[in-house]
Amino acid sequence: MDKKIRVGWFSFTCCEDSTIIFTELLNSHYKDWFKKIEFVHARILRKDDTKELQEMDIAFVEGAISSDKQEEKLKKIREKAKKLVAIGACAVVGSPANQRNFFNRDQTEEIKPILDLFKYKEKVMKLSEIVTVDENVPGCPMNEQVFLKLMEKYLHVS
Amino acid sequence: MHNIDSDFDISLDEISKIEGAASLEIKVRNKKIEDLKFSISEWKRFYTQAIRGKPVTAVPQLVARICGTCSNAHLIASLEAVEKGLHITPSYQTMLLRKLLFLGLIIRDHALHLYIFSLPDLFEKNSILDLDESDPIQKQYLEDAFAVKEVGNQLSIVVGGRSVHAPSPTIGGFLKLPRLKDIQALKPKLAEIRPKVLKLIELFAKDPSDFSLRTPVSYAGLSSKDFSFLEGAIKTSDGVTIQEKDFGTHLNAVIIPYSHARGFKFDGKFLMVGALARLNNDKDKLHTKTKESVKEYLDVFPSHNLFHNNLAQAIEIVHAIDLDCEYVDSIKTINNEVPVKVQPTESIGVGLIEAPRGTLYYRLDINADGTVKHGDIVVPTGQNQIVMERGIYELVERLLTVDTPKDQIVYEIEKFIRAFDPCMSCAAHFLKVKWR
Repeated sequence: MDKKIRVGWFSFTCCEDSTIIFTELLNSHYKDWFKKIEFVHARILRKDDTKELQEMDIAFVEGAISSDKQEEKLKKIREKAKKLVAIGACAVVGSPANQRNFFNRDQTEEIKPILDLFKYKEKVMKLSEIVTVDENVPGCPMNEQVFLKLMEKYLHVS
Repeated sequence: MHNIDSDFDISLDEISKIEGAASLEIKVRNKKIEDLKFSISEWKRFYTQAIRGKPVTAVPQLVARICGTCSNAHLIASLEAVEKGLHITPSYQTMLLRKLLFLGLIIRDHALHLYIFSLPDLFEKNSILDLDESDPIQKQYLEDAFAVKEVGNQLSIVVGGRSVHAPSPTIGGFLKLPRLKDIQALKPKLAEIRPKVLKLIELFAKDPSDFSLRTPVSYAGLSSKDFSFLEGAIKTSDGVTIQEKDFGTHLNAVIIPYSHARGFKFDGKFLMVGALARLNNDKDKLHTKTKESVKEYLDVFPSHNLFHNNLAQAIEIVHAIDLDCEYVDSIKTINNEVPVKVQPTESIGVGLIEAPRGTLYYRLDINADGTVKHGDIVVPTGQNQIVMERGIYELVERLLTVDTPKDQIVYEIEKFIRAFDPCMSCAAHFLKVKWR
């Protein structure tokens, strides 16, 4: 049997709608995908007992970046992944997770204690502001057809 | 000197197989818990601030983005809040279609939790990916998982246009109405999954996991005559009935300094919402067909065993199937209704529904120009957070008295948290921003 393709699925700041769409796509694709894919990291599907990030053929990354800790993790994912795909609007363009970037002075003052307490970044960032993104799957939630085409392209699955 | 089993630290960065991110830190010294912190580690997106000043008509589609999995619950609860505020009464057809959309969510979301998150625990597997396909029983559950989820998914797509962030439902109606024949076409599929879910009920009924709190808990949920999740008044296990609009006055927000979310008590008591609360209070309101099929499993309710939340969810899937079929049979035609026109007025609107994980509360204060003056949103996981943390504490205490190894404690804690089916994406975004 051919070697399985090593895939990671990660979620940063977002509503995880694309994760849900992904689990719904599994309904009709799981037989093929489970055969061909090894889910190296995917919190939605399994307890991650790896001590550190593993090498991946492809990393799907959902959500925007809100903290330095998230930024560091994203950079590590980039190092370990041959291809990195931004999944859904928050990862691709930053919105709506970045709505606080556009707050007026009153709104900003109000949330400031939380931003300080938990060490939020000053601005929420889309993935491409931090790392090189190889492919984008836009949409809120992600566009299923674009995602399926990518799966075909990279995983040679259908 | 302590031996290694008396002193240890547990630090779970990201609890797996739940919605969103949560973390847990426990410090055990001399076989006693010295410190325990269960915290929601999602990064906030500040929806309550973001909706302020926006036209109220834009709120439902925005707040749907609070949560990927409960998206349509946020959509429907916020639509109700806007409609109550603007004195719009949705038509019978609109309510019926919303109920159908919602039953699709109940099927899909409970199935995700039970099959994908919790079922692997029953087979002592890490993941549904590890189920043994050469074992016919495990293979069948794997197939059932995706078959059941898919029917719920399709139901939401047919009625709402999409199962996540449904585009069709709007204030006072539907932007695009579903076709009756598409809704009817799902009936045979619902019939196909029904026996699968009955098997799932049997499986969770056999789960020996048993854990109840020493601390008394109030169970609360919206109660309606047909258990429709969207209508009725709040009923508690203490025999109190509260109108939707007054629910907020009974909730006491509790700030948890190390968590990105706030917890809640109910009139000062520990509160639990969700499927277990609904079954504890309202099992007699389940669909007649459901009651016939699951009769032997209903005797355990009311139950204080928090793991029975799983069994209660599985029973609710069958109820959703039966209720859906009854609703579909009652529809003779879909009238070409257009959404009610919005007339802005200064007002307060409260929307309250039973989301899959429990009571979801929206209060919108609306300005005369139709913009939002203030919004308050209380999600089920916030309401359950205090009981959840208390439960973890008591569970670990108990496990320590019987010399349970650390790895086993971690496994038991995760299994316990999963039984609550917490949704961290939802819970993280409504912190009252008063840190003093």
